[in-house]
Amino acid sequence: MDYSQFLAMKQEIALLVVFLLVFLYDTFMPQRSGKGLPVFATVLMLIATIGGFCSCCLGGTCSLSAFSGMYETSAAIVAIKNILNIGVVIVLIQSIRWANGPDMAVRRGEFYELLLVTLFGMYLMISARHFLLFVIGLESASLPLAAMVALDKKRYESSEAAIKYMLTAVFSSAIFMMGLSFVYALCGSLYFETIYINLAAQMSPLLILAMAFVLAGVGFKLSLVPFHLWTADVYQGAPTSVTSYLSVISKGAAAFALLVILAQAFGTVYSQVWSWMLYALIILTITVGNLFAMRQRNMKRFLAFSSVSQAGYIMLGVIGFNGTAMAALMFYILVYIFSNLGAFGVIQAIENNCGKVSMDDYKGLYKTNPRLSFAMMLAMFSLAGIPPFAGFFSKFFIFTGALAQGSTAMYVLVLIALINTIISLYYYLLVVKAMFISPDESVIPTFRSSCSERLGMWIAVAGIIFLGIVSCVYNWLLGIGAHTAIFQ
Amino acid sequence: MLFSNPLIYFVVIPLLMLAGLSLCKNIKQIRAVAVIGSIGLLALSTVLLVKYLAMPPINGDHQMAWEGSWQWFPQLNICLSVGVDGISLAMLLLSSIIVFAGSFASWTINQPKEFFLWLILLSTGVFGFFISTDLFTMFMFYEVALIPMYLLIGVWGSGRKEYSAMKLTLMLMGGSAFLMLGLIGIYYNSSVDGQHTWNLLEIARNHAITPEWQRLLFPLTFVGFGVLGAMFPFHTWSPDGHASAPTAVSMLHAGVLMKLGGYGCFRVAIYLMPEAAHELGWIFLVLTGISVVYGAFSACVQTDLKYINAYSSVSHCGLVLFAILMYNQTAMTGAIMQMLSHGLMTALFFALIGMIYGRTHTRDIREMGGMMQIMPYLSVCYVIAGMASLGLPGLSGFVAEMTIFVGSFAHTDTFHRVFVIIACCSIVITAVYILRVVGKLLFGPVHNEHHRQLTDATWWERLSTATLIICVAAIGCFPNFFANLIKPTFVEEIFKVFQYNS
Repeated sequence: MDYSQFLAMKQEIALLVVFLLVFLYDTFMPQRSGKGLPVFATVLMLIATIGGFCSCCLGGTCSLSAFSGMYETSAAIVAIKNILNIGVVIVLIQSIRWANGPDMAVRRGEFYELLLVTLFGMYLMISARHFLLFVIGLESASLPLAAMVALDKKRYESSEAAIKYMLTAVFSSAIFMMGLSFVYALCGSLYFETIYINLAAQMSPLLILAMAFVLAGVGFKLSLVPFHLWTADVYQGAPTSVTSYLSVISKGAAAFALLVILAQAFGTVYSQVWSWMLYALIILTITVGNLFAMRQRNMKRFLAFSSVSQAGYIMLGVIGFNGTAMAALMFYILVYIFSNLGAFGVIQAIENNCGKVSMDDYKGLYKTNPRLSFAMMLAMFSLAGIPPFAGFFSKFFIFTGALAQGSTAMYVLVLIALINTIISLYYYLLVVKAMFISPDESVIPTFRSSCSERLGMWIAVAGIIFLGIVSCVYNWLLGIGAHTAIFQ
Repeated sequence: MLFSNPLIYFVVIPLLMLAGLSLCKNIKQIRAVAVIGSIGLLALSTVLLVKYLAMPPINGDHQMAWEGSWQWFPQLNICLSVGVDGISLAMLLLSSIIVFAGSFASWTINQPKEFFLWLILLSTGVFGFFISTDLFTMFMFYEVALIPMYLLIGVWGSGRKEYSAMKLTLMLMGGSAFLMLGLIGIYYNSSVDGQHTWNLLEIARNHAITPEWQRLLFPLTFVGFGVLGAMFPFHTWSPDGHASAPTAVSMLHAGVLMKLGGYGCFRVAIYLMPEAAHELGWIFLVLTGISVVYGAFSACVQTDLKYINAYSSVSHCGLVLFAILMYNQTAMTGAIMQMLSHGLMTALFFALIGMIYGRTHTRDIREMGGMMQIMPYLSVCYVIAGMASLGLPGLSGFVAEMTIFVGSFAHTDTFHRVFVIIACCSIVITAVYILRVVGKLLFGPVHNEHHRQLTDATWWERLSTATLIICVAAIGCFPNFFANLIKPTFVEEIFKVFQYNS
């Protein structure tokens, strides 16, 4: 065996090192230094992220594969992993205060270990070129999350959410593997490359069934309608740090993995089978997510449905099926990470201080906590796609990328998506209205958030303001998209 | 270089004002920043106008002055491109006058820091829109100008402010959703060789959008901008929004923001897609014709001063779009004159209404009367604004409407002539509602004895209104100056659609 092939897995290895160090710290350090763990883990993750960017800049951009083609990495894959890393760092910074709370004293280590394991699974999902490795990734990205959702052991909703998540996760991966077995029956192999070649001439009902099953499995991770039913309850029940992780990182990874599967394994049947399935799913996802979000009063449920509809917009980047659309997808994920984490940062800060999560409690927030409400407003504007914030650019580019195909169906799809942005603007403005316009006396007293919360929020706000206007980020991604070999 | 282009300062000055505002500690500093900044903008636009007049006149090859282009997203060919012609300069001048007057009109607003932050963000969008020649940046600035309205109306407004703010924002953003699709569509059809571009002038030069695509994209773009131009049936945000907005916001919104709609209609939709404009223009002509008459009739039955002016805005802005759709030089020149005239006169109206409301705390004309005896200065101003609105010669309204109707009637076919005659009726209806208000509000007996204690205008109110009145009179007395500024753009070699009418 040639051990040098492990060098292709630099990012996985870095993550593994982080995991081991966290594990050792948690196991062997004395009880009283347990409070140092969150900062320790965050700093390690930050170093891993910076390392990833450095190796990306120092020319690790050529495609490498390992394990006889089961694993592959390329510039685009390194970039998306780095983007996910940034998100994880922000999540970790925001969760420091929660992880150091009294309830978490004995479970602090678990949170970090489980989180790193799921991230590792997502890495494998993105890099896999064989369905066996993909399934390993999918499982290790899903099952530990159920344990993370249940971390708030004393809250009834948390356990309920964990069970819901567990059952749907297991069910959907069962369906996914059923689909894989059909694919195997058709092609005789689980290598993406072989499937790609063998499917070229085929068109059978079994194939359509297989595609539908595969899509259902990934659609669950992305919470696409109609596989979204777990989303609201799990988001509400889970501890807010876990919710924010679930809503951005897990979703971003799944979207990119789906793009890879589509392009590398099922690319030849894309236009006959996939495209119409995805059109329908996107329309449903955006519309249903939006309509349900309008009526929510709990902020976490509200953001759950908003993230369902955002998943629909993310899928527009998948469906474009070219380099520009892929760059737009990656940019959308990056911006979505910053905007959604900005919103979750505020929710978490308020929840940590007074336990309020209802939109009605946010009324008059501007009078007592102007900076928090300002950060929340920027996050909402960015999610709604209002210029000059980053969300506008990411939405505009994802539409531009999708329309590059130029088919009439795509124009109709984008028109529906655009009309939906107006609906989403309505409910994002409801939050702004509650904070700024409502005349009620605020039930949330003036408070000063902790240092880590403020740091997390500043990072998110800086991202929201500068990611779009400063064009180098998107130009970098476009450069990667233009040279990617994913679409052969 | 970016900063050697004078046009960039139309965006830089508001941004500096925003930075300055965020450092301000008390209301005096805030006022100082607002006044200094708006004087700076006014000076900049005046200087540029003077320089522009000294330049050789524009023609088909050289349409824009001070052109500049800086790459932003090179792979998508998105640039920050700027350039102005006489029309954009006139619009910039109009905007800076109204920002100037608006700053004085909101002299005593509460929560001044936030208010001016949003107001100046709004004007950043407006100025940026008028200097852009790149569709992407144009659209970005367009949306930047829209969203501050939500908070400005929601927080500082009156009446059913939450409802109006939401309605206005959603309707305008709905328009811009169509617009976004239209613009991306234009981008992908902008050239035959695959080198797509967002630059307006290049797209027009390439002339690559096929008539089939034009038929699809023209309505999207026209409706997108038309919503902001208060085109029937998408005008319903306007009365509620204007009625609930605070004074300076009504001024800026009716005075400048609605002009973005009309400006976009001819600068983007008609300029880039002449074939579709010729084919489909009649549909929008019908709609805008309805706007003109319907708006005027609605104004007749309203009793709230702001509603009266909001509906009169619908009527007047409808006339702008109506004239733009006539596709000839005279009518379109009139349309731009009408934009200027309506901008100034409506700003004046809304400023006066705000001042009256601030004293009487009612806007219902049935509860007021005899204001001429109580506040003669404001009342005289109101009469002047009214006379400008109904088209008294010597003031701006007459010049604009006269040019529009003369130009429109140049069409020899029955369809156009019938619609011109219908639209002409609005002049009479305008006289009805203006004179009704003037008679009821200003003359006649004092309705409420408490009103006798009210004071007349303060110095900042006088400054604000006097500026606007001088400008209204200037357009009315020197129309040729403005017409010469506008006319060179509306020639057949630039607007290809004219060829169908000649």
